Amino acid sequence: MAGQCKKIMYLHRRAPYGTVYAQEGLEVVLIGAAFDQDVCMAFVDDGVYQLKAGQDTSAVGMKNFSPAWRALGDYDVTRLYVERESLDERGLREEDLMPLRYEDENDDWAEKSSIVIVDRKEIGRLIDAQDVVFNF
Amino acid sequence: MALEVNGKTLDTDEEGYLSNLGDWVPEVAQAMADADECELTDNHWEVINFLREYYEEYQIAPAVRVLTKAIGKKLGQDKGNSRYLYQLYPYGPAKQACRYAGLPKPTGCV
Amino acid sequence: MPVLHTVNKSPFEKNALDSCLSHALDGSTLLLIEDGVYAAMRASSIEPRIRRALKRLRIHVLENDCRARGISEDALIEGVGSVDDAGFVDLVVEHDNVQAWL
Repeated sequence: MAGQCKKIMYLHRRAPYGTVYAQEGLEVVLIGAAFDQDVCMAFVDDGVYQLKAGQDTSAVGMKNFSPAWRALGDYDVTRLYVERESLDERGLREEDLMPLRYEDENDDWAEKSSIVIVDRKEIGRLIDAQDVVFNF
Repeated sequence: MALEVNGKTLDTDEEGYLSNLGDWVPEVAQAMADADECELTDNHWEVINFLREYYEEYQIAPAVRVLTKAIGKKLGQDKGNSRYLYQLYPYGPAKQACRYAGLPKPTGCV
Repeated sequence: MPVLHTVNKSPFEKNALDSCLSHALDGSTLLLIEDGVYAAMRASSIEPRIRRALKRLRIHVLENDCRARGISEDALIEGVGSVDDAGFVDLVVEHDNVQAWL
């Protein structure tokens, strides 16, 4: 893979706890981050629920893996596209999501938001621009 | 597999990682290090404590690259490099230190 | 008491909620659990359906499933009740039958 940087998108479409897709998807992102590719994530449909703030699974016997999204910046995954229409359908606003930030090493380590709200059309264009899309 | 600590038997997986994160006490790290014939210095503990704090905050065991970067930021560049960390933990900082810290094996670590 | 219906799927992903609502008789009870609780959130496109259903059904959510998903009590549609695990058991006992829409 030397010298070859692929554009990779992880497309998350499921709610966090009802199925294992979300957590498995997160693990794949963390594993994939070792390969130095051009990575972004997109959250559409029920996938937007994964970023909901205030998750507390202590009473349901499942691991709350949502804090791991905050570590993505350390893994150089700094572009998380969230689909506006999916938020709207679910009555969610950007303020309802966890604030996710990263430090931009090309800009004197300035703290920036990783979350970018875009519309459905733009998600479509982003998907089209990738070499590989992993769908969870 | 199992580990004897303070007269209690703690479950571990086949690679020696604690089965139950909540079982961890500092003596766990000591017992694992003894078994590896590795002497734990303050520098070793610094990494173990750092890993425990990282896990507490993010609920994941960081990959080596991430650990190196994060240690450099918190403890200084002289410690945030793989040579320093491999000197302390020759089996691999993520693998060996995570095990001592009672964390699961880092995701994606083979 | 008639039937206690439970729905555990997100209304955006599966039609379990719609199917349940179209079959549930007036006066029965709906308990939303697991991903089903998303249906009870205010301001979503599902809200009108829940509001209509509230006119003829009792609707509850399981508290712990809401908490797991970061849904606070004040994010719920007015009229939807919250029950804990013991309340779930009480509902089961109160009703003649439980119908789980999976």
